[in-house]
Amino acid sequence: MESNNGTTIIVMSGDMDKVMAAFNIAIGAAAAGKDTSMFFTFWGIKAIQKGNYTGKSLFGRMMGVMNRGGIDRIGPSSFNFWGMGRWMFKKMMKAHNITPLPELRKTAMDLGVKLLPCQMSMEVMEIRQEDLIDGVEGPCGVATMLEISDRSRQTLFI
Amino acid sequence: MVEVAVTQKLDLKGLVCPIPIVKVSQAIKQVQVGEVIEAYATDPGVLGDIPAWCKTSGNEMMSMERADKGFRFLVRRVK
Repeated sequence: MESNNGTTIIVMSGDMDKVMAAFNIAIGAAAAGKDTSMFFTFWGIKAIQKGNYTGKSLFGRMMGVMNRGGIDRIGPSSFNFWGMGRWMFKKMMKAHNITPLPELRKTAMDLGVKLLPCQMSMEVMEIRQEDLIDGVEGPCGVATMLEISDRSRQTLFI
Repeated sequence: MVEVAVTQKLDLKGLVCPIPIVKVSQAIKQVQVGEVIEAYATDPGVLGDIPAWCKTSGNEMMSMERADKGFRFLVRRVK
């Protein structure tokens, strides 16, 4: 993890299509031998959540219901139509033999892609480490992200 | 058809981006430096992706040709 040839991806979006692109890029980079890190911030956190209800305060719990995480639950940025689009996309992806999102995430992790959750987003949305899937690093801040980005040849914001 | 001594064969038929790259990158670790992997794929994406992967990962793209309803390519491990 000390090379200067890494790839850093900041995943801000929690949309299915964008998260898919992010994991695809991460997999490509890791497969080419680059140290690859993904930072999940704001809506992006949903992609590394287990999918249980979250939150402690009234608003936190409200958010946990209305903005529930889990990689299977996120829908495309366009063409979602209250979940219909997501359902349709999944069918179409399967028909075309495209790797489903959960498997894509697992492949990335198997290739050694580091998944880092943003501390601030977790705090605001009242998401605890135990609400995140196993294998995710501990919460980190902007300095950590910048330090890793500094050692990367490319940094992408999705 | 390019003929060389192949150490490992890969069947990537039916697989699409980014899985062919993943499989090739995993297979290349299992052969010694200088040895060759032969793969068959059906995804036209490999036409551009495998040479690009060779470039970034520092391996040698030996050949890429049409074969058997898809593509056959050879990659040699360099480092």
